[in-house]
Amino acid sequence: MAHNLADQMVEQFRIRNFCIIAHIDHGKSTLADRLLEQTGAISARDMREQVLDSMDLERERGITIKAQAVRLHHRGGDGRDYVINLIDTPGHVDFSYEVSRSLAACEGALLLADAAQGVQAQTLANAYLAINAGLEVIPALNKIDLPAADPERVTQELVGILGGSTSEVLALSAKTGEGVPALLDEVVRLVPPPAGDPEAPLRALVFDSYYDPYRGVVCYVRVVDGSLLAGDQIRFMATSESHTADEVGVLTPKAVPMQELGPGEVGYLITGVKEIGRIKVGDTVTHARRPAVQALPGYAEPKPMVFSGLFPTDGDDFERLREALEKLTLNDASLQYEPETSKALGFGFRLGFLGLLHMEIVRERLEREYGLDLVATAPSVAFRVHLTSGELREIRSPQDLPEPDYRTSIDEPYVKAMIITPAEYIGGVMELIQSRRGLEGSMHYLSPERVELTYQVPLSEVVFDFFDVLKSRTKGYASLDYEPSGYRPSDLVKVDVLLNSVPVDAFSSIVHRDKAAAYGKLMTERLRELIPRQLFDIPIQAAIGGRIIARETVKARRKDVLAKCYGGDITRKRKLLERQKEGKKRMKMVGSVEVPQEAFVAALRVDAD
Amino acid sequence: MPRSESTPTDWPDSPELADRAGGWTAAYVHIPFCSRLCPYCDFAVVTGREGDLDRYLFALGAEIDSEPAWKPLDSVYFGGGTPSLIDPTQLARVLEKLDRQFGLAADVEISLEANPEDWSPAKAVALREAGFTRVSFGAQSFEQRTLISLGRRHRPEQGEEAVASARAAGFRSVNLDLIYGSAGEDLARWTSSVERALGLGLDHLSCYGLTVEPGTALHRRVAAGAPAPDPDIQADQWETANALATDAGLVRYEVSNWARPGHTVRYNLAVWAQADFLGFGLSAHRFRGGIRSHNYRHFDTYLEAATAGVPVAGYEEVSGWDRELERLFLGLRRAAGVISGAGGAALGASPEGARLEEAGVIAFDQDRLRVRRPLLTDAASRAVLALPPP
Repeated sequence: MAHNLADQMVEQFRIRNFCIIAHIDHGKSTLADRLLEQTGAISARDMREQVLDSMDLERERGITIKAQAVRLHHRGGDGRDYVINLIDTPGHVDFSYEVSRSLAACEGALLLADAAQGVQAQTLANAYLAINAGLEVIPALNKIDLPAADPERVTQELVGILGGSTSEVLALSAKTGEGVPALLDEVVRLVPPPAGDPEAPLRALVFDSYYDPYRGVVCYVRVVDGSLLAGDQIRFMATSESHTADEVGVLTPKAVPMQELGPGEVGYLITGVKEIGRIKVGDTVTHARRPAVQALPGYAEPKPMVFSGLFPTDGDDFERLREALEKLTLNDASLQYEPETSKALGFGFRLGFLGLLHMEIVRERLEREYGLDLVATAPSVAFRVHLTSGELREIRSPQDLPEPDYRTSIDEPYVKAMIITPAEYIGGVMELIQSRRGLEGSMHYLSPERVELTYQVPLSEVVFDFFDVLKSRTKGYASLDYEPSGYRPSDLVKVDVLLNSVPVDAFSSIVHRDKAAAYGKLMTERLRELIPRQLFDIPIQAAIGGRIIARETVKARRKDVLAKCYGGDITRKRKLLERQKEGKKRMKMVGSVEVPQEAFVAALRVDAD
Repeated sequence: MPRSESTPTDWPDSPELADRAGGWTAAYVHIPFCSRLCPYCDFAVVTGREGDLDRYLFALGAEIDSEPAWKPLDSVYFGGGTPSLIDPTQLARVLEKLDRQFGLAADVEISLEANPEDWSPAKAVALREAGFTRVSFGAQSFEQRTLISLGRRHRPEQGEEAVASARAAGFRSVNLDLIYGSAGEDLARWTSSVERALGLGLDHLSCYGLTVEPGTALHRRVAAGAPAPDPDIQADQWETANALATDAGLVRYEVSNWARPGHTVRYNLAVWAQADFLGFGLSAHRFRGGIRSHNYRHFDTYLEAATAGVPVAGYEEVSGWDRELERLFLGLRRAAGVISGAGGAALGASPEGARLEEAGVIAFDQDRLRVRRPLLTDAASRAVLALPPP
């Protein structure tokens, strides 16, 4: 361990910035723990398992949704002391923008594959991102201690993807520690040192941020050119906001304040900004007095792909929901929202998400961290509608779809879906893709046992239960990644669901004409089960325009009365009725129909029965 | 039913009768002893404690003696449990106590619940001599299969014999209780049971939908997967009973009760009219001066406490808006409905009240509020109990 580097600026040739690209559960977090232990950044005794995944939600789901950076000290094979910054990357397909920002802060990436499971689609997609970003990619096998490990096959897969020779693939067991000591030597040897210009005007990439209730916004930065000193007057180039660098420092993983972050260094920056949304992840920090001419590349407004309405169960919670969303967007630059009003659900917000997992995480965080009880509408994608006026309009909610008379056609977003599956499941996977309107397929054998399939698939088909069905058809072995691939015209219709002849906006959906009947049947059947019997028959209909395509009926309740209420029963029976009355408060009125909150949630769930 | 607009004042569903009951004095006496537990019953009952009968009657007497004086009683109701298990002379002594403490009105109605299996012509005569004027038999069904499914021990004929001997002994009013909706009972079986009951020329009929009450053997069975009563079948069964009873000349005056004119139960009418009433015995409830109180439900605790003069386990004050809502909640069970008053006005002005009116569940008719669809009474009750104070 090299304490002399702990609290001072380090020359670039002694710095290595790298990240680990791995599929969920392929051992990235365990490996990170081993590296922290080995470099003395944290003692084994203090080691909280998987330090980098600090949020409860991440720990539960076994995924990482927040990039973080830890500064490690390592004496290289050449006997010199090095600073190695390990930058965490999210593993899930939804977070490719976050991955790309993390990659932009690195010169190298460790491509980690489970020696039993092999390379997965997301890993492959992220590896391609890293290669395209010019990173040195080091292939490695993890879990070589597992009885089911097949290092030879997985090594072949890695070489097939990255080129090179099988002898360059590292073999590790993060669990037992085997191969880990040599890993950092290889990182020092293979990953190029940063090559920023120390004399140039400051340019530092904000690759992540979070909100600390005491310190305000904390930014993770990678200094590319120049130096960032505590006390500097700085400017964020995309937002043009100027602030003072109140504190800069590094994470070991504890926050250690520094005088200065030099070129190539990775650390944190606190500006005193408290207001959410004023600092954009992906932005470039420069000096106010001597600004850089050009910002670092890579900043993009986050582009949501999936949209859903979120409504508080209790209308009085609307303001609390707004505040919670304001706070969430600080940590999550990709989350977008705008107010939305639903006839059925009242006041809420329309949110834009990177994908379904992102949507689930946001909902769970709102409910868990902010104690909100929410109803979410069916996920939708952004359609482009050609109007008779010649205008092209993007709509993110079925409610916004203009009437048929005012539109000529609708385009929907497609994605290029990459699926890696064991060869034995190809038939089932292709059947699934075809049922989801997949086009222009291609197939590529990674090895005799494993196949990569690539298709153009409408995003709306992917964001529902596609991944779950894919997993179940391949016994969990297939993996999926997708990237946007533009818009194509489709024969789409809006299916409305009517309760007692009143359309319920929350249940409307834009679907392909061939699937409208199935959607209508599914929704009406679900609602018949979910809506309690009431004082009158409730017709539940699905309709395209004025045409009914499915119908169910909730029969009127016929008996709702206590058998007895005599002298000894009054208190107890009254309390019973009052309890039942409390239950009714959790109903939403849709026209004259009482709909339990749970019915909205359950009817809109995406998984198939 | 052919009826003129001027309803006779003793007609079972007449508003005049329903409201007049608010001025009656009524007392309930609980006899908790049973020879066995019925699987659906959640009343305060004990089995195998007949050895404590004398202690129990002593405790009852102590309770009666310590109750503040009142007007002479218009009605006394012995419920259970199984009052017919007790020797009529012992019941007579309880009546004497009541008479000494409060007096009995000249036309007092004295009613008891009885099981067909422990009924006999001799017992009928003895009970008449003790002063009883009305008997209510827990027949439950006239179908053997249904009786078995309900865990009852008597045979259908015993129900018929009991009614006949009660008539012969000169009881003024004879009632039968029936239960509908037990497992496997279809509409045909129920219809035949009701017809057989009505064929006995009853003065009064009570039909109760089988209810799965927490803590009962039936509840445990249903929790373990046995079928629960089907509300749609029960609705059909209630409608059938209502039609048959009406054809037989009985008039429905409450959700579960039908009577010939002049044979409504005073004690119950008084309770539904929110009158004060007394209660004595295990777990008994009473309502006096705006206070509802109840006795201990645990048998040994009650014996000890009542003997020591402190049988009351808890009480609540029912006043103000609460009392107004309770007046409606109780009164709406009656066919005569209830005087609308402030609570009715609030219901009429509420969105839920409007929905109920639109669905034909409730109706406002001059100063009265009525439930028009008795099987949906609880929908109206819940709406009433949700009304905020004006």
